[in-house]
Amino acid sequence: MNIYGLAVLALSFLVGQWMGEFLGSLININANVGGVGFAMIILMFLKEWLVKNSLMSFEMEAGIDFWNKLYIPVVIAMAASLNVKSALTSGTLAIAAGLLPVLVSFWVFPLILKKFKPKSDGDSL
Amino acid sequence: MEIAFDIIEKNGLIFAFLFIGLLVLISEIISKKILKSRIPGSAIAIFFGLILGYWGGFLTGGEKGLADLPLFSGIGFLGGAMFRDFAIVATAIGASLYLIIRSGMLGFISLLIGIVLFFIIGVLLALAWGFRDAASLCTIGAGACTYIVGPVTGAALGASSEVIALSIGTGLIKTIAVTIFTPMAAKRIGLNSPESAMAYGGIMGTSSGVAAGLAATDPKLVPYGAVTATFYTGLGCLLCPSVFYIFLHLLFP
Repeated sequence: MNIYGLAVLALSFLVGQWMGEFLGSLININANVGGVGFAMIILMFLKEWLVKNSLMSFEMEAGIDFWNKLYIPVVIAMAASLNVKSALTSGTLAIAAGLLPVLVSFWVFPLILKKFKPKSDGDSL
Repeated sequence: MEIAFDIIEKNGLIFAFLFIGLLVLISEIISKKILKSRIPGSAIAIFFGLILGYWGGFLTGGEKGLADLPLFSGIGFLGGAMFRDFAIVATAIGASLYLIIRSGMLGFISLLIGIVLFFIIGVLLALAWGFRDAASLCTIGAGACTYIVGPVTGAALGASSEVIALSIGTGLIKTIAVTIFTPMAAKRIGLNSPESAMAYGGIMGTSSGVAAGLAATDPKLVPYGAVTATFYTGLGCLLCPSVFYIFLHLLFP
């Protein structure tokens, strides 16, 4: 049943968000620390466990995969609901400070990869 | 006609499915027929989204881009934090836990370098623009991290509302810049594997920008970039108003 997959996804999401909020309040800041990241890791562990115990049906995975595939449309909707106008009109400093570090990062990024990338053992996508 | 508008307004989310579907269709056609697939359809669609967001703000003067028009309120719901995060979590279904754990250290190092780098450049530019008080400098530096870190830091340090608004604008420009430039730069900077996507998410941080930029580059990389980027805002909110502010306060008492 598709709804089982969707429910597993919802469970991971909610527990992850809760962990993020909890971690935020633990270090005394008013923000969610890594809620989405925790949720993703929970979902991956749950999936492994379900697959190992042959509880994961094709339909169930399809329930999760539907939202995976809807990801790009959601991002497009997000882009359309950003406050682009005020960002572009909030002054030259905002544009410089928003843009310049991104360009510098493009230059720094390959250096970090070179220095810290774990040795490849033949894995790829 | 009025009845049609009425139906659309009552069923905003459903209309958003139709609208985004058409937008993707048009973008795919432009990508294939006019640009010979040199720019992926999703990148074009996201760029159109940004233009529509600008247009919405231009028409209404509101804060939610196109979603401020009543007809398009469903777009704001579909693109809001809840669905965005839910869909990002769902991308984990295609990711390898083994690769993420193996590159965990790389992701963590990138996070720290990213936050420090964006903060320092933001502060230097704020200095160049004439700001001299530690709270304003820190808020603008935090805004260079993400549009959430900026206002959280500004509120904690008691920065003026103009400076807080400026920090939000800075963070939004960053998100837009990462969205547009990621697919353009990907090949040149070696952004082509799960490891590099994790490092990229850590350096750039803005989850919306990283997620949108990677989606337009290679959807397979999205979960790896997102898994680190999602820690950036929280870590920024932790470091900027505390350690970074104390440091700035010593330099600009």
